[in-house]
Amino acid sequence: MTTTATAPAKAKVVNETAEERPESTWATIRRGLSLSPELRTGLAGTLFFAIISMVGRAAVPVAIQQAIDKGIAGPGGLDVGFVGTVAAITAGVLAVTTLCGYLMMRRLFTVSETALANVRVRTFRHIHDLSMLHQQSERRGSLVSRVTSDIDQITQFLQWGGVILIISAGQLLVTAGVMAFYSWQLTLVVLVAFAPAVFVIRAFQKRLAGAYGLVRQRMGALLAAVSESVVGAPVIRAYGVSERTRTRLNTAIDGHKTSQMRALRTSVIGFSSGEIAAGLATAAVVVVGVQLGIGGTLTIGQLTAYLFLVTLFIQPVQIAAEVLNEAQNAVAGWRRVLDVLDVAPDVADPGEQGVSLPEGPIDVRFEDVSFTYGGPIVLDDVDLDIPAKTRVAVVGETGSGKTTFAKLLTRLMDPTTGTVRLSGVPLDQLRFDSLRSRVVMVPQDGFLFDATVAENVRFARPDLTDADLALAFTELGLTDWVESLPNGLATRVGERGEALSVGERQLVALARAYVADPDLLVLDEATSAVDPATEVRLQRTLDAVTRGRTTVAIAHRLSTAQAADEVIVVDKGRVVQRGPHDKLVQDSGSVYGKLYASWLEQTR
Amino acid sequence: MASVTSRDVLARGFRVLGRAIKDEPRIFAFAVGGSVLFGGLVVGSAYVIGHIVGKIIVPAIEDGAVDNALLWLGALAVLAISVLRVVGIFGRRLGAGYMQFRLQARYRRLVTGRYLDLPLSWHHRHATGTLLSNANSDVEAAWFPIAPLPFAVGTLVMLLGAVGSLFLTDWVLALVGLATFAGLFLINVFYSRRMAPRQARAQLMRGEVSAIAHESFDGALVVKTMGREGQETDRFAGQARELRDALISVGRLRGLFDPLMETLPSLGTLAVLIVGTFRLRAGDISVTDLVSIAFLFTVLAFPVRAIGWVLAELPRSVAGWDRLQHVLTATGEMRYGTISPEKSDSPARLAFDGVDYAYPTGADTDDMAAAATQDEHGPTVLHDISLVVPEGRTVALVGPTGSGKSTIASLAVRLVDPATGTISIDGHDLPDLTAAALADNAALVAQIPFIFDDSVRANVALDRPGIDDDAIWAALRLAQADEFIARLPEGLDTMVGERGTSLSGGQRQRLTLARALAGRPRLLVLDDATSAVDPRVEAAILAALRGGEQPTSIMVVAYRRATIALADEVVYIEHGRVVAAGTHSELLASTPGYADLVTAYERAEAEREREHAYEDEGAVTA
Repeated sequence: MTTTATAPAKAKVVNETAEERPESTWATIRRGLSLSPELRTGLAGTLFFAIISMVGRAAVPVAIQQAIDKGIAGPGGLDVGFVGTVAAITAGVLAVTTLCGYLMMRRLFTVSETALANVRVRTFRHIHDLSMLHQQSERRGSLVSRVTSDIDQITQFLQWGGVILIISAGQLLVTAGVMAFYSWQLTLVVLVAFAPAVFVIRAFQKRLAGAYGLVRQRMGALLAAVSESVVGAPVIRAYGVSERTRTRLNTAIDGHKTSQMRALRTSVIGFSSGEIAAGLATAAVVVVGVQLGIGGTLTIGQLTAYLFLVTLFIQPVQIAAEVLNEAQNAVAGWRRVLDVLDVAPDVADPGEQGVSLPEGPIDVRFEDVSFTYGGPIVLDDVDLDIPAKTRVAVVGETGSGKTTFAKLLTRLMDPTTGTVRLSGVPLDQLRFDSLRSRVVMVPQDGFLFDATVAENVRFARPDLTDADLALAFTELGLTDWVESLPNGLATRVGERGEALSVGERQLVALARAYVADPDLLVLDEATSAVDPATEVRLQRTLDAVTRGRTTVAIAHRLSTAQAADEVIVVDKGRVVQRGPHDKLVQDSGSVYGKLYASWLEQTR
Repeated sequence: MASVTSRDVLARGFRVLGRAIKDEPRIFAFAVGGSVLFGGLVVGSAYVIGHIVGKIIVPAIEDGAVDNALLWLGALAVLAISVLRVVGIFGRRLGAGYMQFRLQARYRRLVTGRYLDLPLSWHHRHATGTLLSNANSDVEAAWFPIAPLPFAVGTLVMLLGAVGSLFLTDWVLALVGLATFAGLFLINVFYSRRMAPRQARAQLMRGEVSAIAHESFDGALVVKTMGREGQETDRFAGQARELRDALISVGRLRGLFDPLMETLPSLGTLAVLIVGTFRLRAGDISVTDLVSIAFLFTVLAFPVRAIGWVLAELPRSVAGWDRLQHVLTATGEMRYGTISPEKSDSPARLAFDGVDYAYPTGADTDDMAAAATQDEHGPTVLHDISLVVPEGRTVALVGPTGSGKSTIASLAVRLVDPATGTISIDGHDLPDLTAAALADNAALVAQIPFIFDDSVRANVALDRPGIDDDAIWAALRLAQADEFIARLPEGLDTMVGERGTSLSGGQRQRLTLARALAGRPRLLVLDDATSAVDPRVEAAILAALRGGEQPTSIMVVAYRRATIALADEVVYIEHGRVVAAGTHSELLASTPGYADLVTAYERAEAEREREHAYEDEGAVTA
């Protein structure tokens, strides 16, 4: 437990890298390729088909050269038969290259989509493996976009522009090769004519990267504004601040639009240099080519074919301009995905090297545990034992460190210093499958999935039979409540469980933890929104069914503390008192004494 | 059947494009102008190259000498065409881009505007993820074909020009051209028809993948604490694989289309060579013509694809447009009245009279089904609720979990409207009041606090007029939030993060309480709004509210005895009905359900003490 202090710092890195970082496109691609070795599957075959299909690009100009030099302006005058033969051979070549083109693309799509689907799933899993701190430090929407829109951007680019770009690159190489074959002098002329454009485009590339970076940033702001207007709809209604929200939304929308326009202008201006270069190259080929022709170095057919080739050589530049925006976004999306994958989970599963919890009831031991989120100390040198099979309540004022205690106990976070042990095993050596099946925490916010009540409870134990499920609710004394639901256990709970009231959600969350049958149950204000009568009833049934196990309940309703075997009082990050309720309450000047007096005032 | 629907989709796609042109006619004209110029120059350049070959290169090489003036003229013509093409490209690409961006912005404004106007009941029926993608990816999908549209229109004009020029040159070669163009057109139509269902499926799968990711990350804490990462990953992977398969099927079609589109003009060129040689022999055309036409076919290949881009994206565009229309044509926005009573300093009187409420039917994710179910209601959750919060009084709503208290709170500030019955403030029916009057007079503090990703100051003031820093601090003091805010690094200017994640639950509740108090409401509705606040802090807040200088009527949903004790009257709710109303002691005597609820802790303790006593006795006797 020594390397855990860096958690907040790492979380910050994810945020920063989510936007611009001076990493070159090539570096991103290299990083991406090394993370997706699947991309190399069948690469040789794909390359083979690619090379053959590229040859087709030069077939027509060569045919024209042959037809003109030997069939039309040849020494024997017009030779229709020869032209026909040339055309037939070329058509045959085209048939083969077209087929190879199709095969190449088919393989390319299958391999790349498969690889990207794997990256998608790995990233999804990786995000779940990151600690809570990481998950909280990023906007939830931006985590979702790692496995959705970021990867969608890559696949859409591949489908739309990526293939065109690859083919264009091939076309560039093949035509350049044939051009050099016809005349190295003219090829030199073309390259010289293009040289300035290459520099201009390179220079613009930097400005473009900045411009598109701004577009993405504004898109993030836009999404945040929309999300707020949707999620915060009740507040916006209740406070009549629709106009304020509308202004914020419109500002974000227009800001995004302006940045898009700027990026486009930069791109168009940059690439117009390519167009001018193309004109320059063609004109130069005409002038120099005619001189070479007069000198006898070039035939009419060769020069004509050369003009066709120059056009084919230029096309990729035009195409690049059309798909560049997409390419930028795709690379940026890839980069964001890779950045998340590169963050090592700081609260990591020891996996195979880890140990399992020994059978039987679990005891808890905190050894000199301190915790800080990077600012003030939240838990300060906590040292305590919770014997197996006891029911312990942790109480204290808001911000005293109760919830942090629960998170360290369940290894949602690691302590900054010190060690937490369960049944003698240091938590960071405990395998997650063992930890999560034996230790269950019910968080205060009873999050439910958009499914039925029954399915939500089964989340903890998919193999639970209907009878066992019904039995669980009966044992918890919730049969009446289930019967009051429109469709009983088959009632759908809505998004995040919002079709149920907050208290009802907590009931389902509790049932979910209950059927998980843990040996250590941690309740973090798990019944804070439930009515007192139901809470007391739940308390009693939980007491009965958790007898023989260890329970730690974080509570601000002191009824829980009264019922516990022992109360741990936390104040300003330190454990200040512990003992049974009856004993603690005798010291009326103590922290607990005051809390209890206030509680009595509240409830009597 | 698939082809019928896809033909239908293409027709509807063209209507969506028509809508775009109607929305942005000038920019569209500008872009098409640029594109037509570009297309004309493409055709022109073919003839310039043809002439250079026929009139300059052939004589020069055959004669061994060149007319320099003519050579330089040719070169200049090539350059001039390039410069003009740049002008055309500027017009086309800037025009197309601006048109697309403006349409996106326009429809984003419209869609988000609807979000603000439509009632909460409408919001309840739609998943958050759906609404987010309506404003984002659906807008993008709807206007995706706009980027290549001017290019495609210009290409059509260019093709017409090319055919015309072909007929002027030689009718036989023109027929070859017509056949080639017809072939290109057919491939495009075939492609877009076959593509439509595949694209639609891919889009659907994308939505599913996104929905799972949203939910799974939303519930990350539950997933983690239950150790279900593996199962969640399996669930996600299943959907991701389906999306992969859908995308591969899109890609395979694309893989067929691109090489074919590439090859067809080349075949056309070869046909021109053969036919042209015959025509050359017959003396009907010159070498210039032959080269021009062959060149024309070569340069046409690229622009013709733009037509395919537009057609292929139409299905996606239509799908996006339909989803936008679902939002834009949704009705049932809350109509506000015109009454705006003078704001007084005296507290308000709230009255419910015979109110029933039924939740709108559950989530409808299906676009078409939405219109049909708009007016249908689910089971009734409130029955015949009548109650009064008199001026300056505090009324507590008490009832078991799930009895309908939060719904009453939402009705009181008109977040939702009742199915039957009326709710009024100071005798004005809520629907008769203006939105501003409603917000001025009544404030709700919800059970789960919502914090904007903004500063503390903005969260409390919400840009409402007349709330200066003094008022903010006063409200924070009243809500017992002043101390922790003062301790924040930048005080009121501290950014609290998305949904206020940098604050604790109790701090968030107090901040939203301060937000409500800052508006000096005449009616305050607290929906279990202090549940995450420690008892002592809550007591202090309630004391301040009771004895404060802001005279306010309060409706409070509460479980805590102390909170209830502060109320002048208690209304006890069970299963959506008012079971009893009266003072705390009256209800304690008259209503067993109420007594059970509020004395639960005492009874539990008493019982425990009995048990203890019994155990102790047992110990003694043993």
